[in-house]
Amino acid sequence: MSLSRAIDTPDIEGSLAVKPTVRKHVLDLDDFSREEIEEVLDSARGMKEVLGRDIKKVPALRGKVVVTLFYEASTRTRVSFEEAGKVLSADVINMSASGSSTEKGESLLNTGLTIQAMGVDTIVIRHPHSGAPYLLAQELDKVSVINAGDGLHAHPTQALLDIYTVKDKLGSLEGLKIVIVGDVLHSRVARSNIWGFAKMGAKVVLSGPNTLMPPDLIRSDNNIYRSTFSSRIEVDTNLARAIEGADVVMALRLQRERQNAGFLPSLREYIRRWQVTDDLLARAKPGAMVMHPGPMNEGIEISNNIAHGGSSVIEDQVTNGVAVRMALLYHVTIGPSQQL
Amino acid sequence: MQERQIMNQEDVRRALTRVAHEILEHNRGAEDLVIVGIHTRGVHLARRIATSLLEFEGIDVPVATLDVSLYRDDLGVRSQTQTRLQPTDIPSGIQDKRVVLVDDVLYTGRTIRAAMDALVDFGRPQQIQLAILLDRGHRELPIRADYVGQNLPTAIGERVKVRLLETDGTDEVALVFEDIYAEDSEDIGQE
Repeated sequence: MSLSRAIDTPDIEGSLAVKPTVRKHVLDLDDFSREEIEEVLDSARGMKEVLGRDIKKVPALRGKVVVTLFYEASTRTRVSFEEAGKVLSADVINMSASGSSTEKGESLLNTGLTIQAMGVDTIVIRHPHSGAPYLLAQELDKVSVINAGDGLHAHPTQALLDIYTVKDKLGSLEGLKIVIVGDVLHSRVARSNIWGFAKMGAKVVLSGPNTLMPPDLIRSDNNIYRSTFSSRIEVDTNLARAIEGADVVMALRLQRERQNAGFLPSLREYIRRWQVTDDLLARAKPGAMVMHPGPMNEGIEISNNIAHGGSSVIEDQVTNGVAVRMALLYHVTIGPSQQL
Repeated sequence: MQERQIMNQEDVRRALTRVAHEILEHNRGAEDLVIVGIHTRGVHLARRIATSLLEFEGIDVPVATLDVSLYRDDLGVRSQTQTRLQPTDIPSGIQDKRVVLVDDVLYTGRTIRAAMDALVDFGRPQQIQLAILLDRGHRELPIRADYVGQNLPTAIGERVKVRLLETDGTDEVALVFEDIYAEDSEDIGQE
């Protein structure tokens, strides 16, 4: 579904090596070309320089209004979008479902229309239902929509910041082995990251209990991930084997709120078999990095040692998240003005 | 679409050499100087000027790079040719320094306005001076260059194209006529 229309700019006759993509929405990674991902990463690098200054403020989005509309709990994503907007001089308004008219029964669409009528430029939305950001993007014609996580579907900004973090540390993703461990089934982060990592040329190995592997990804051949990336995505439910020679190991949060359906015999067993520990990491490539999208259940999917050890880049992920979100806010804000 | 060459490789070299000499003359040496190139071509010109300064005076003047995109006032007005940010890197700082901003084309002056806004976020320079390879007129702001490679009166519909060895494989300035786009030629300068 490609609502994030890429608008062609008149080619300035050979003076541009690459035509820039101008984007209105960020809904999923599946409509990003590799070139556009690189463009976002480059801009994020520029934004990171801004974050390192004594005066962390540039006027780029002065006079623009960004609303963060969160129907689910969040710390890092919401705060990092807020910081990103503020460093770029946008006015940022935070809304959450609790305490808003949602509690009085207002629909998502009507909330969106109300926000649009107030002259807001960008809505950053997190919603428990997959596809909610698409509804807003389709129905609202004056605002840009950025998906900050929808149901089990996608979390594109997380994937971009993870790609940025890997690239920043290892130079390129081409040919890397990236192992994603744990509850892939319920993880929108995993879905976006699988797509993003594979798109950038890495090999992605998913490992975890069979019950928490997405069935379509394991079995079916008409799965979109499979048909797009084929051999670059693998499932291996033997974690020790999966981690062998890995460049990057990413532990996913065990979504305990979703475990009531009998996916796991017990939490203790999960910890024993799937926790990312020093012993397991020893099988990865020397210097392999460990990632976690947060929030962490330390001692469950990741050991305390690993979480705060030398191979962990978990805090870098958070820092980079601000820079990447700045880049995205900047890109979508420049985008719509094309249509003037 | 027609092109007329305004400066060839030798012209560009001579102009830059003269600008480097003028910078030394005006500042009585290269003490406290920082050369700040505006992306993209300004950066290459800045490096060349610094090389000349080293050659003439034996002083290694720091070169910094500046991306002014985040400071532009025409984000929603002008069609953007580039959303990708390029590295801003000011290793020496600019506090109390004499800053020489370098860009390829001076046109409306808006890029330079943005560059000055960006610079002052990094400190308070003693002075900001401006060196330009080609001044094509049509200023929209009260800005002038201290060092000019060449002045060229142009029509607004014309476009100026600067090609440099580092980015385009050759050194040349050309005038492109026939007003296909009424584009800001600083675009081309930048990109």
